[in-house]
Amino acid sequence: MNKKLLAFPYIVWAAVFILIPLFMVAYYGLTDKNGSFTLANLASITTKEHLKALWLSVLLSLMSTLICLLLAYPLAMILAHMKVTKTSFIVLIFILPMWMNFLLRTLAWQTLLEKTGVLNNILHFFHLPALEIINTPYAIILGMVYNFLPFMVLPIYNSLIKIDPNVIHAARDLGANSVQTFLKITMPLSAPGMISGITMVFVPALTTFVISNLLGGSKILLIGNVIEQEFTQAGNWHLGSGLSLVLMLFIIFNMVITALFDLEGEGNAL
Amino acid sequence: MIKTLKHLYTALIFIFLYAPIATLLVLSFNASRTRSKWGGFTLKWYKELFGNRVILQALYNTLLIAFLSAVIATLIGTIASFSIHSMRRKSRSLLIGITNIPMLNAEIVTGISFMLLFITLRAKFGFYTVLLSHITFNIPYVILSVMPKLKQLNPHVYQAAQDLGASPLYAFYKVILPDIMPGILSGFLMAFTMSLDDFIITHFTKGPGLDTLSTKIYTEVRKGIRPEMYSLSTLIFISVLLLLFLVNKSPYLSKEKSSNKKV
Repeated sequence: MNKKLLAFPYIVWAAVFILIPLFMVAYYGLTDKNGSFTLANLASITTKEHLKALWLSVLLSLMSTLICLLLAYPLAMILAHMKVTKTSFIVLIFILPMWMNFLLRTLAWQTLLEKTGVLNNILHFFHLPALEIINTPYAIILGMVYNFLPFMVLPIYNSLIKIDPNVIHAARDLGANSVQTFLKITMPLSAPGMISGITMVFVPALTTFVISNLLGGSKILLIGNVIEQEFTQAGNWHLGSGLSLVLMLFIIFNMVITALFDLEGEGNAL
Repeated sequence: MIKTLKHLYTALIFIFLYAPIATLLVLSFNASRTRSKWGGFTLKWYKELFGNRVILQALYNTLLIAFLSAVIATLIGTIASFSIHSMRRKSRSLLIGITNIPMLNAEIVTGISFMLLFITLRAKFGFYTVLLSHITFNIPYVILSVMPKLKQLNPHVYQAAQDLGASPLYAFYKVILPDIMPGILSGFLMAFTMSLDDFIITHFTKGPGLDTLSTKIYTEVRKGIRPEMYSLSTLIFISVLLLLFLVNKSPYLSKEKSSNKKV
């Protein structure tokens, strides 16, 4: 068995289905309908409506990434201390919900958030003011946090359980209080998990068109919606590819950061 | 006190994650057709589900694509893991980097890149374009769960088996395969789940004649989701829940699970 030969089919597969498709996006993005070179597709990001969509996407995805980080870190810490077996925890938080279709789960938030929806009925019962966020950017943020929170919890949890408890004990023995220990030991040691969690939430949040479509009404356009419409409705693949290339600058930036922290791709996910 | 706070916080997050699922469960028993009004308890939608050809066909497509893509991705991914494992450091990092692209890249970009590839190849959009795309985005999940198992492998055991007279193939089946099986299995399950829940990539690579559950739901969003969809997803969810429960109860499988902890 020659192991070098074994690699060949997969290398061909990766070339045909990973590299060439990406090259196609670059090709379409940098040419016009006649096939000649142009930068117009890239430049169209500077038109007012595209810029507005991009700005809103960046803003909403940054906010939901931050909220995910703030919600996920304490949860990951609690779970890391609880000694739950890792498989059962992953299944419960990550795998099991996926067996209920993600579009339906996101749509269910409509029922929960509506003016006369479940949440408002509960708030009304306690004589609290109603929450009217459906079809606003806030509902989109909620949808992003809901869908991507597990992507933040998992890598942070993974990096927390790797921390040697003796390091924590040593810090405490040497006189650090719990806040100091957290800031100087736990947090820096879990940084790779946080970084990988941030990139795993930020990229899908930045590029989504489904969540904005389902929870934002049809009026709020994110950059993902613009690209999706160019491909499925307007049929302008060149413009759509050009905008995707702009979007990929953000993604590549993200990948570089992940690669710097996690050379062999071991830290992310499972 | 702090312990109660911790439990409360965990419970709140779990409520947040499972509230929509509970909502869908309740909606599947809702006699009213609109999802915003409760019209009393009914089992009507469960009955009508089994007469609804369109939904059953979409379910069949979804399961078939998930199963085939997971099987093929597991095969390709496992073989690829072996070859990547035996590579030199530099080419290994390069190939792993390329492998991870579909996982790290935005799904919309992956989706349109497949679409442009199939347009260029003049392929007919339909079952096979969706299947090929699903295989491709599933492979990284398989590699990600098989590679760590290969790293834990003790190379001397394989050599010892051969020294004791086993042929390379026999030694592979008897020594290496059992050791990495948990990784292969969890890679397969991960791939199956990912394929099942995918919408975006299917959206860009499917033809007009083909629908999976996801794309069916997406086209129904504006008109209103048919309640049979809720009953179907409830049935799927409950079956998986039961299956997991049984797996946890079964002594044989839970033994395997405890050896699986390092996954």
